[in-house]
This record gives sequence, structure tokens and C-alpha cells, in this order.
Amino acid sequence: MAQAQADRAFRYATLTPAALFLVALGVLPVLNLVAMSFYTIVWKNAAADWQKAGLANYAAIPGDPLFSAGLWNTVVFALASVVIQMILAFFLAYWCSRVRMGRTLYRTVLILPLLVPGIVVGAIWKLFLNPEFGFLGQMLGVVGLDPIDWLGEAQTALFAVVMVDVWHWTPFCFLLLLAGIEGLPRDVYEAASIDGARPWQELLWITLPMMLPTILVTAVFRFVVAFKVFDEVYLLTGGGPGTATQVISYTIYQRFFTEDRAGFGSAISVSVIFLVCLMLVLALAARGRLQGRPA
Amino acid sequence: MRRTPALAAHVALVLSALIVMVPFVWVIGAGFRTQISLLMGEVWFSPTLASFNDVLFSRASDFVRNFQNSLIIGLSSTVLCLTIATLAAWSLGRLHWPRSVVVLFLGWSLLFHMLPPVMLAGAWYSMVRAVHLENTHAAIILAHTTLNLPMALWLMGVFVREVPQELLDAANIDGASPWMALWKIARPIFAPGLAATAIMIFIFSWNEFAVALVLAVKQTATVPVGIAKYAQGYEIQYTQMAASAALSIIPAVILLILGQRAIVSGLTSGALK
Repeated sequence: MAQAQADRAFRYATLTPAALFLVALGVLPVLNLVAMSFYTIVWKNAAADWQKAGLANYAAIPGDPLFSAGLWNTVVFALASVVIQMILAFFLAYWCSRVRMGRTLYRTVLILPLLVPGIVVGAIWKLFLNPEFGFLGQMLGVVGLDPIDWLGEAQTALFAVVMVDVWHWTPFCFLLLLAGIEGLPRDVYEAASIDGARPWQELLWITLPMMLPTILVTAVFRFVVAFKVFDEVYLLTGGGPGTATQVISYTIYQRFFTEDRAGFGSAISVSVIFLVCLMLVLALAARGRLQGRPA
Repeated sequence: MRRTPALAAHVALVLSALIVMVPFVWVIGAGFRTQISLLMGEVWFSPTLASFNDVLFSRASDFVRNFQNSLIIGLSSTVLCLTIATLAAWSLGRLHWPRSVVVLFLGWSLLFHMLPPVMLAGAWYSMVRAVHLENTHAAIILAHTTLNLPMALWLMGVFVREVPQELLDAANIDGASPWMALWKIARPIFAPGLAATAIMIFIFSWNEFAVALVLAVKQTATVPVGIAKYAQGYEIQYTQMAASAALSIIPAVILLILGQRAIVSGLTSGALK
């Protein structure tokens, strides 16, 4: 009896701290956002003045150019960068799994960008891509071409931010896919080589299908993080030129903090939370359909 | 596998490694230039330590303090987050909670992990002001702990599964309390997982920008917040930006050299198990 009671106490004691954190600093802030979204909030003498706004904040969302541009660019950015990263990472992992000498060295170098703060990645590439003195501009100058202001032109800015993200995050996909490839059973390859399969046939008909679960899980993980992109955009472009690289996190930041419209910023946040819930439900349903392995 | 020449793979890998390294090397090089030499686009330059000097020792620069802040915040939130997450992962994984509790807990963590942190920063900001923590490290430590809790829960959830039940049963029969069993018997077994998770959380905290930007004041600003300052201002201080970027990579390089195995295991088991 005393034993059972001690076990129960232990069970509660171990879970309570995490529960407290998730409720106090996770659930409460979200509820706080929901509450704020129905008010217009003005800061007066370091105190918030809440004025009832009803649904006005929500009504203003569809007409907000930064919201629609932000959402659209975020989706384009996340899809483009995840697809490019997955393809590059797959080949890198494939090559890396085929070499014996220097594999650890390659891996060490190739995962370095992953450990660097997003803001530092932004700083590095802001300098590197600078049209006046950046490395890429100088290289174009060597072959007699005019330097391109990758981040300053509306046509190329989003593409440039995607490429910076590819540089930053391909290492993550590479690492996961490499672990996947190294874990594949050997005997299938031996059987294939006895049957006289060529390397590209092995790649296409054995490695790729067997890697599919790993590829899917990695892509989903990457998409979740890519959807939250903020640091690189903050430093590289500030959402510009115009709204060319406006992403949704940056829209929330601008509305909420730069313009001090906490009510409107909250309404946008709540809408994004709703969209994320929708994505989550769809993803879980899709996983149920695919009978994938438990994540 | 052995039949294709590995040469093509080596060539491709060396090229990729170059693409990774060239921006690093070029920016570190830019840190050793003068602003004029950089802006003139000189290919050959005589290196100077002026920018590093400026970043590290000038009175106007907060870099050293930012570095200390990042260390304080990173280490504190790592210890806090790791403790909370390990207990919770142990509880959810080994102590027979009803399925609904486990699903609710992990489901909420998953959703929370998907939300852009910047939106939570606004709510945290008003909460921090309400309890008068706005000028303290504690505000950012608590925020980073919360942000990293889902990731830590998953990772530790994977690692605590590796402890054999027979060992715990034996400990129970010998009269060990559940705390003793967790601390004395289970912990040594999942210690490598603990290390991997700790390194991951520390890196995430060290790198985090959006929340620190909102919650930090001058005295508590972290390294990313400090570096972002160089990029703004009326006249961008390019060489100082390069020098501070180069300096802020140092912890990542040290961790990569000392703890690569832990990093790899942390990243891969979080996603693949």
C-alpha cells in the first residue's frame, strides 16, 4: 500500500515540472494571444491600455498585404528550400556512403553550417553576396560580368534567401539521410550485385525505395523548421525589396513589435496557429493513411 | 558498391566541402581587413587585427558581455530543460500513465514546436513585465527552456527507452526507491543520450534569435542579438560584423570537434527513431 502510494507520488513529481512549464509558458501565452486578438492595445506610460475591438483585427487580416505576401512567400520558401535540400542531401549522403577514406572528415566539414546561429549565417551571406565587394560579385567581375545585387532585386531576393537556407540546412538533411543509408541492410545489395545490377539501378530500385521513410521524416522535420524562418530574413533582407521576401514570422514581428499593434499581431498569430493545427491534422491523417512507422 | 570508382564521389564531396568552407574563410578574412580595403575590393590585403580588437576590447562594443550572456543563458536553460525533460520523459515512458495523458502531453509539445517562436515572444514579453523580470537573464532562460522542451522530451523519450525493465524490477525488489532507481541505475545507462541532448539544447539556445531579440535588454543581449546590431545602424560596420561572426563560430567548431558523435546521435535519434 505504502509502496503504491510512493509510486504514485513519484509519477506525479516527475511529470509536474514539465506540465507546469508547458501550461504556464506554453498554453497561457497562446490564450493570451487569443485574448489580445480581440482588443486594440496601446502602450501608455509603460502600461497596456486595452480597448475592445471585437472582430475588427480579424476582419483586417485578409486585406493586409504583409499577411498574404508573408504566407505565400513562407510556403514557397519552405517548399523550395526543402525540395532542393533533400535532393542535394540525398546525393551527398549517397556519395559519402560510398567512400571509405575521409568519410569522417567530409562529414565534419559538411555539417558545420548546421551549428552556426541563423543570424551569423545571415551576416556571412550578407557580406558574401554584397554587390560592391562580396566574393560572388568579385568572381563575376573576374569573368567580365556585372555584379548582381542578389538580395536587392525583387526577382532574385527570395531565390537568394532560399539558397542561403540551402547552405545552412542541407547539412541537417545530409546527416539524417547518411544515418539512414548506413543503416540499410547489406544483403540486399549483395543479392543485387550477384544479379548484375548496375550502380544506377541499385540507386534507383534499392537505395531510393528503402530510404523513402527516412526521406519523408526528414522532409517533414525540415518543413516545420523552414516554416518558422525568421533570423536569415531579418538580417538579409528585412522582408524586402517590397514584400519579395516577406515571411509570416517577420510579418508578425513587424505588426506586433515594430508597429506596436499587439492586437492585430495577435490576430495574425492566432490565424497562423489555426493553420498550423490544420497542417498537423492533415499530416497525422496522411501518416495514418501511409501506415508509416511511428515518429 | 565496390565496382564504381570512388573518385567521382570524392570529387563531388570535395566540391561540396569547398562550397561550405569558402564563405566561412572569406568572411574570416574580411574580419582581418580594414573597412576601406574591403570596400575597395582589394584581393590582396595586409591583415590587421583592428576589427577583432574593436569587437573584443572597445568600450562601445558589447561583444564580450553578449558572449557571457549567451553562456549564462545557454548553460542555465540547458540544465533546467534537461532536468525537467528527463523527469517527464521517464514519467511518460516508464510509469504507466493513461494513454490519454501521454497523447495530450506529446501532442501539445508537437504543436508548440511548430509555432513560430516570435509570436510567443509577444505574450512572454507582457508576462515578463507583469512579474518584473524584464531586466534579467531569467526571462530568456525560462523562454529558451520552454522553446527547447519539446525537442528535449522527444530525445530523452528515445533514450530512456533503452533502459532494460529487468534492471528496474531488480532494483525494486532490492528495495530501492523510484528516485534511487532513476538516479543510480537508469541514469548511467542513458548518460550518453543525456550528453547528446544537452549539446543539442545548448546549441539551440546559443543560436536562438527572435525571442532573445524581443526579451533582451542591453545588459542581457545574447551574441546573435549583438551581431544583428552591427548589420543595422546608419553605417553598417562590415569588418566588425565579419569579425564578430568569425568569433561567434568558435563554440560551434569546438563542439563539433569534441562532441561530434553526440551531435550526430542527438540529431539522428530525434528524427529517425
